[in-house]
Amino acid sequence: MTVDMAQFNADLWATIPEVALACGAMLLLMLGVFAEKRTTLVTWGCVAVLAITAHLVATSSDGTVLAFGSTVIVDPFARFAKLLVLGGSAIAMLMSIDYLKDEKLTRFEYPLLVALATLGMLMMISANDLIVLYVGLELQSLALYVLASFARDNARSTEAGLKYFVLGALSSGMLLYGASLVYGFSGTTTFAGIAQVIAQDGVGTGLMIGLVFVLAGLAFKVSAVPFHMWTPDVYEGSPTPVTAFFAAAPKIAAMALFLRVVFGPFAGAEPQWMQIVIFLSIASMILGALAAIGQSNIKRLMAYSSIGHMGYALIGFAAGSQAGAQGVLIYLVIYMITTVGTFVCILLMRRDGKAVENVEDLAGLSQRDPTTAYLLAILMFSLIGIPPLAGFWGKWFVFLAAIESKLYLLAIIGFVTSVIGAFYYLRVIKVMFFDKPAAPFEKPLGSVNAAVLAASSAFVIFFVVVPAPLVEAAGVAAKSLFP
Amino acid sequence: MAEIGLSHYLIVAATLFTIGIFGIFLNRKNVIIILMSVELILLAVNINLVAFSSFLGDLTGQVFALLVLTVAAAEAAIGLAILVVYFRNRGSIAVEDVNTMRG
Repeated sequence: MTVDMAQFNADLWATIPEVALACGAMLLLMLGVFAEKRTTLVTWGCVAVLAITAHLVATSSDGTVLAFGSTVIVDPFARFAKLLVLGGSAIAMLMSIDYLKDEKLTRFEYPLLVALATLGMLMMISANDLIVLYVGLELQSLALYVLASFARDNARSTEAGLKYFVLGALSSGMLLYGASLVYGFSGTTTFAGIAQVIAQDGVGTGLMIGLVFVLAGLAFKVSAVPFHMWTPDVYEGSPTPVTAFFAAAPKIAAMALFLRVVFGPFAGAEPQWMQIVIFLSIASMILGALAAIGQSNIKRLMAYSSIGHMGYALIGFAAGSQAGAQGVLIYLVIYMITTVGTFVCILLMRRDGKAVENVEDLAGLSQRDPTTAYLLAILMFSLIGIPPLAGFWGKWFVFLAAIESKLYLLAIIGFVTSVIGAFYYLRVIKVMFFDKPAAPFEKPLGSVNAAVLAASSAFVIFFVVVPAPLVEAAGVAAKSLFP
Repeated sequence: MAEIGLSHYLIVAATLFTIGIFGIFLNRKNVIIILMSVELILLAVNINLVAFSSFLGDLTGQVFALLVLTVAAAEAAIGLAILVVYFRNRGSIAVEDVNTMRG
């Protein structure tokens, strides 16, 4: 059998960002192994590799390219999601430097695991075939399990890793079982082939069961209720920069994959998946709003907050339209940037050489460090969705899409749960500004983290002034999902 | 003599899958049993894939099964590694003891 070299070269060029990231990560792995004390160098090297990858993504040719026998797709949607994920990973990596040093966790494996997890995410986003989807998802997940238990002498961190592993493996198994049924009953693993079979023959029982299992597996990865139970424990137990990374990148990649799967191969099965997605959305919004109220640990609170926010993003799926997909993408960008800023403030919370994690520990921050307190308050207002901050516009676009698709109930429930959810965000602000001051934190923000916080708050405040670039880019990306 | 057809394989796979899921949720004793249940789920998937592949006369399913085997090995390695560090910290791998965080 001869290999068509020209075709192979074209395929490689289409996936050059992934190739570059993989080669860069492996080179840095060698550097880490042979030059042991060079952890900072490896970290900055990984950031540089992510930046190069992002540059390659951004400068790749426009339009849709299929590679490797159309198992991989590179379209505007993939480019948009990839840039988002790469940005999230790079920022999370930078934020981790000081924390890991303070906790004596500086090991060169950390940035490498983040980079390799990011490689898995890029593969997921570009997947156009069930096999690529599975391999990408596992590449991501396996690196994330290790990251969750990265503080290996800490009981809570290892417990978080164990819980994440068991439930993550279960969800991968369910997704895979669904994929095997979809393959069997459609006779193909390519997304285009599955879409064609559904368009011709409709959704039979076998495909229906397969679809349900695949959606359950994906719902696990985006932590939608009722598949959310790993989230609070993993968020609480993992080292804080890892939690920030979990909130910033894998959620976005899983959401992008979810979008691709429901609007790609299963576009013809819309009535079937729509009911599931509406249920996931309503359940996530309600649980996210109610369960967070009693939480005292701020990382756990952010976990429930992320469950609720995924519920809002799922409203855009339920709209089933291009406007809905556009809304989801805008929502994800805004959510990611806001959360990253919030986690910078959580990283600041250290006392007596230890990280403190209770909401009460923030008391008196407004007097000791008014700038940080005001910026955190702004981020909290954005998470609630107070106009004119960015968080409001995120919700605005998904609710608008829902109303255009006549999903009034969903929009009303979303509105009510945002009002209920406001309570616990406001509690954080109340503790910072009005409670009896607690002991001060160990040290002020480092320069990198301060820059991240400033950039994140600036985005949240000024998004309303220049929304056009993001909204238009998300529009182009969403359009490519609906050929 | 009844011929063994596709449906028989699917029933075996579905049974293994169900046993795997129940093994994860009903077992209260040992985390190792959970790891075994996960392997059982992946084996069920492989039976499905190979059976479909042979029934459809299409090799993709068998390629998929090979990849699943590879990933399952990596997954088991990472699972056991996490279990070992967990055991060092807590001195136990009973499922009931995995409860530092709640709420």
